[in-house]
Amino acid sequence: MREKILSIIEKNSRIDVKDLAAMLGKEETDVMNEIAAMESEGIICGYHTLINWDKVTEEKVTALIEVKVAPQRGMGFDSIAERIYHYDEVHAAYLVSGAFDFMVILEGKTMKDVALFVSSKLSPLESVLSTATHFVLKKYKDHGTVLEEKTTDERMLVTP
Amino acid sequence: MRNPLSEKAVALEPSGIRKFFDIVSEMPDAISLGVGEPDFDTPWHVREEGIYSLEKGRTFYTSNAGLKELKQEISSYLKRRCQVEYDPDHEIMVTVGGSEAIDLALRAMINPGDEVLIPTPCYVSYYPCAVLADAVPVVIELKEENEFRLTAEELLAHITPKTKVLILPFPNNPTGAIMERKDLESIAKVVQEKDIMVITDEIYSELTYSGSHVTIASLPGMWERTVLINGFSKAYAMTGWRLGYTAAPRMILEQMLKIHQYAIMCAPTTSQYAAVEAMRNGDDDVAMMRESYDQRRRFVLQTLKEMGLSCFEPKGAFYVFPNIKRFGMSSEEFAETLLKEEKVAVVPGSAFGSCGEGFIRISYAYSLKALKEALGRVERFVKRLEEKRK
Repeated sequence: MREKILSIIEKNSRIDVKDLAAMLGKEETDVMNEIAAMESEGIICGYHTLINWDKVTEEKVTALIEVKVAPQRGMGFDSIAERIYHYDEVHAAYLVSGAFDFMVILEGKTMKDVALFVSSKLSPLESVLSTATHFVLKKYKDHGTVLEEKTTDERMLVTP
Repeated sequence: MRNPLSEKAVALEPSGIRKFFDIVSEMPDAISLGVGEPDFDTPWHVREEGIYSLEKGRTFYTSNAGLKELKQEISSYLKRRCQVEYDPDHEIMVTVGGSEAIDLALRAMINPGDEVLIPTPCYVSYYPCAVLADAVPVVIELKEENEFRLTAEELLAHITPKTKVLILPFPNNPTGAIMERKDLESIAKVVQEKDIMVITDEIYSELTYSGSHVTIASLPGMWERTVLINGFSKAYAMTGWRLGYTAAPRMILEQMLKIHQYAIMCAPTTSQYAAVEAMRNGDDDVAMMRESYDQRRRFVLQTLKEMGLSCFEPKGAFYVFPNIKRFGMSSEEFAETLLKEEKVAVVPGSAFGSCGEGFIRISYAYSLKALKEALGRVERFVKRLEEKRK
């Protein structure tokens, strides 16, 4: 039941528990308990809203930053990552394979904010060898959702 | 001027759905639960393959029976999913939707006056196709208490010395009924005893929610007397691509192919290339869609139950077929009033044969949000009807 609950609420966290239970053919209380259990086990880590900020007047920029680091004795990737991800500006941080080590996603009000963060907070960290900042110019798809997609039903109203 | 028309064509009844469609068309702000096709877009990798084939200039006819690779994929699909073996070179052909295959199968097997058994309620085209093939259609009225399955007794009661073909439309549109192995076994027994052929329309086979689909062609002694019809429309959400297929013993398929060759030439080439991709890499899409329909099926059943609209549990396709007899209205009246008062379109059960009278078809191939809105309106409507009756 867990995987099924997760696959539904991953796409729609605001679904009524009643509907969710009906869709899974389970009792409402069972579903509620299962969700609560997954919350306390840290499987469900939060409920967020997918926002197309481009449609809001408030300025907001996103940047992807490639970070190359030199792990030092007694300090593996995890502890370097910790130094980075605790900053509020950091939206997401991943350890990755390939030409660099971390992919850090930053969100800031302006490009200047982001640039300042990189130059004054990120680059000066001892283990950081280099960074490359890529500003996001346009978001096409986020969390599996195409942001500008038309969602009209083009089917005929009645078909055999 | 002389009468330009064929008496046979004129005598055909227009489809009950068509009639209802015309009424709905005049109400552009109506919301619908009346659609008989998936709400998913065709998976992107499949669409992409269609685009690629166009870019490559693959815009010519294919051979009459269809692309060799596609027939091979169909053959291995039928083996993998349905445990039946067909030779891709002589026993499989690609058609313009399952609909064409229904027409071909009847035309290839019927002599004037042969009787064709049609279990109803069912899809609208079997009856007219039988008529056009000069058959005598014989309707078997299925019963709600049997969950709209065909029983051996019902079948036996309609067989005469002239019976040639039984059409087996499961999983069923509009009822959502399925036939499980044990049901099919008892049918197979009668069919063999009485020496009848079977056309099994399994277009909804992938949308089976209780165990996995069983084809009658896989039962002992049935392969030889079965024409199996399936297609891409429902399983892969490809209705507009117009692509189906049929698998049958060579002797029958050869005749079907001959008619297809003269009437159609070949199924659309772009669609065939896309379909190869669907069969090769589409299993996950099918599973995802099946799960999603199944969730909505449960949701709709639960919601109908709560509003007191009784309904047997359908285990296939994407329809529920609730019983509305207690409101003392005909299906058409119910559907039209619902449309007028709440602007929700459902299809009257009577559009699928007279024994669909007293039922409506609700499709759940809609988003949860749309289903909630539409069913909320149905509930209001039902409550009002109940008030009036008190």
